[in-house]
Amino acid sequence: MAPALGFLICGGAMSSSQVSYDSQPPQLSGIGFARWIWRQLTSMRTALVLLLLLAIASIPGSIFPQRSQNPLQVNEYYQTNPEIARWIDRASLFNVFSSPWFSAIYILLFISLIGCVVPRTWEHFKSARALPPITPKNLERLEEFHQFSTNWNESELLKHASSELNRRRYRLRTLPDSIGAEKGFIRETGNLLFHLSLILLLIGVAYGSLGGMRADVIVSEGETFTNVATSYDSLSTGGLFSIDDIPPFTITVKKFTAKYDLVTNAPIDYRLDAQVVDEPNKAPRDVVVKVNKPLTFGDARVYLQANGYSPIVTVRNSVGAIVLRGPIPFLPQDGNLTSIGSIKVPDMQPQVGFVAKFLPTFERTVERGGFSTYPEALKPVLDLAAWSGDLGLDSGIPQSVYRINTEKLTQIGLDALSPGQKWELPNGVGSITFDGFTPWVNLQVVRDPGKAYSLVGAVLILCGLLVSLFGRRHRIWVRVSQKDGDTIVQVAGLTRSPGLDEEIRTLVAVLQEKSEIGKEDNVKE
Amino acid sequence: MSKSDLAFLSNDLIYASMAICALAFLVFAYELAWSIRLGEEKTTLTRRQKVIRIAQALTILYFLLLFAGVVTRGLSAGRVPWGNMYEFSITGALAFTLAYLVASLKFEVQWLGILITFASLLTLGTAVTLLYVPSAPLVPALKSPWLVIHVAAAIISGGVFLLANCIAAAYLILEQVEKKRAGARPEWAVRLPKLETLDQLSYRLVALVFPLWTFAIIAGAIWAEAAWGRYWGWDPKETWSFITWVGYAAYLHARVTAGWRGKRAAWLCLIAGSTFLFNYIYVNIWGTGKHTYSGL
Ligand code: HEM
Repeated sequence: MAPALGFLICGGAMSSSQVSYDSQPPQLSGIGFARWIWRQLTSMRTALVLLLLLAIASIPGSIFPQRSQNPLQVNEYYQTNPEIARWIDRASLFNVFSSPWFSAIYILLFISLIGCVVPRTWEHFKSARALPPITPKNLERLEEFHQFSTNWNESELLKHASSELNRRRYRLRTLPDSIGAEKGFIRETGNLLFHLSLILLLIGVAYGSLGGMRADVIVSEGETFTNVATSYDSLSTGGLFSIDDIPPFTITVKKFTAKYDLVTNAPIDYRLDAQVVDEPNKAPRDVVVKVNKPLTFGDARVYLQANGYSPIVTVRNSVGAIVLRGPIPFLPQDGNLTSIGSIKVPDMQPQVGFVAKFLPTFERTVERGGFSTYPEALKPVLDLAAWSGDLGLDSGIPQSVYRINTEKLTQIGLDALSPGQKWELPNGVGSITFDGFTPWVNLQVVRDPGKAYSLVGAVLILCGLLVSLFGRRHRIWVRVSQKDGDTIVQVAGLTRSPGLDEEIRTLVAVLQEKSEIGKEDNVKE
Repeated sequence: MSKSDLAFLSNDLIYASMAICALAFLVFAYELAWSIRLGEEKTTLTRRQKVIRIAQALTILYFLLLFAGVVTRGLSAGRVPWGNMYEFSITGALAFTLAYLVASLKFEVQWLGILITFASLLTLGTAVTLLYVPSAPLVPALKSPWLVIHVAAAIISGGVFLLANCIAAAYLILEQVEKKRAGARPEWAVRLPKLETLDQLSYRLVALVFPLWTFAIIAGAIWAEAAWGRYWGWDPKETWSFITWVGYAAYLHARVTAGWRGKRAAWLCLIAGSTFLFNYIYVNIWGTGKHTYSGL
């Protein structure tokens, strides 16, 4: 395949100037070898092979779960096949798109494209001013060749051919006995535009991930979020990002409304009413955020990504003093928002923790236990299992806020509460009241400074593609000579795009007609 | 007519279109079997052409019924009928058949009918059995003008890619047949276009829709930026769209600049096409990721 691909790249519309490829490294050492490497890398063949490689390398990313998209599934993988998972991880197959080998292909492609296309663009612009190529010696060897003889005057004929080709927007080179004509410069321009735009797209992608950030925060109804690094639940940033790049806006979640389809339980509409302050000391403004309508702050945007419920509970200790109160976000497990969470009360002696399930529309079966049958809170119930002992919060190992490590705990009771109900814990430990619930939303703050470049790159890629696919490039030569008192007219052409044969046939027909008594005596296929 | 009446009507129309499509397939198949059996007798050619014409009329009828089915499905949900994989499949079959009918106005491709009706039946059969979901409103992420732009571009590209692939497959089959008989064609294949014509045709179709496919991906990316907070996240559907794009780009490159023709080009075309099908079938049904609106 390699030789074919080689031709694939160096031939064709790109090659106004033919580039030759040495397939063997030269026997030189040092600079010579480095130059050979550079030439190999920056050949279009290499660029295309790298693009193919990039496509192939992305396949495992769609087969194995990716940490960046689906961390839970990666954990599952680890739990079921720890040994295999470790090997998969060693090959970066859980992080394909940030793996060293994927980045290597990406960077090589980038270098290869630049090294290949930039010099070609230069060549192309030089050749824009150049005249069409000199008429080849043996026109009859070209793919399209016509010849006829006439007794018309040579220079008259050439003049006619010139004006005819001119009319069809050919650029001309006039020689004493012949003319060379060229059209379809645009096709090559399109091709170059395509490849240059590909570089721009890659720059946009790289700049976006280096200078960008992505952060998530869960905000319950009624709460206010301030955009500073410490208020995020999770934050990932590129190497060039600084937190000063995004303004310290605030968002107050006033009301979140979700509508569901009564038959399929699928969501129909999410709407977040919020009040935002763009910068400290600016006047607040009311906004509506929807799934396809993010908020914009400078070059950062805030997306409504997910939602769930936060049960509101009050926990009292043995003497009735409040030790914990407030909404606690729970994690949805299914489309009906069966949600799990944990309520940790470290300020009790001994410490108490609740492993909890919030069921917006409660249902219970023997096999499944409690679950929800509709995402809206039609019959909300809080399922609780109380544990007492050491919550392990001081161990220094970070814990999930949704789960409790029950290793050093003993279960002291189970109960299910409706809103307003209170549960007196056994042995006079204290009590918990299920006061109600409030929705939460997951806001995602994203800054991608490269996306404008990517968009321009992508649109130009499309333009370049259209021009290079549908633009036509033709070269035509007309030569006249004398033979036995007759004028021999030869017309020939070269192309890689369709339509030349017809172009030449009509040209010949016109010339014959003009020279009146033309008689064609040789048409070569 | 109420919305649920419309939904039922749509189902009936889809079933009816499948019945007619099956009929069209049988007529195409009958014609093929006939011409294989008759062998060298040339006199039957015009009669066979009549049979083909009947089959094509049935195909048009099937297309109209399917069209009505898709439209009523959209009306029953009060939106464009592209919200889940069932709807995507029926519209895809529609686009595919339309591409065939339009192409048969300009080129001699009537003979492809047997492949077209077969592929349509397969698509629709899968849709009504495996993929069917009741008509319902759109989920919030799909409520966007980009639904029309992105999905229409994707469906049309898909239909034309598949047509190009059918032609490439026909090329490979005929090439094999001709090779066995040292260049001569059996009677049933005589009226089929020359190999070169097939080769050119599948190339032209791909070249025509490749920019549209590029546009579908770009539109998807613009939409993803608004809906998901990033324009490209290597979600399985995005990954495979990219792979298909590179596949067809390689095919075009190979033809335009390396002069690949015939068998090698047809194989390359089939490989690129199979990545599209893989994306459609595997990623929608078994894949994970953000692009799962299939409702399965
Ligand atoms: C870079 C981003 C995207 C790419 C590359 C992409 C690619 C595709 C492709 C290839 C199809 C064709 C059908 C198929 O193979 O299954 C498709 C269909 C579809 N796309 Fe996208 N898409 C993108 C973003 C989006 C976004 C943001 C949405 C909606 C929020 C969306 C919604 C749909 C829907 C509803 C269909 C038709 C139904 C289906 O096949 O599931 N796409 N997309």
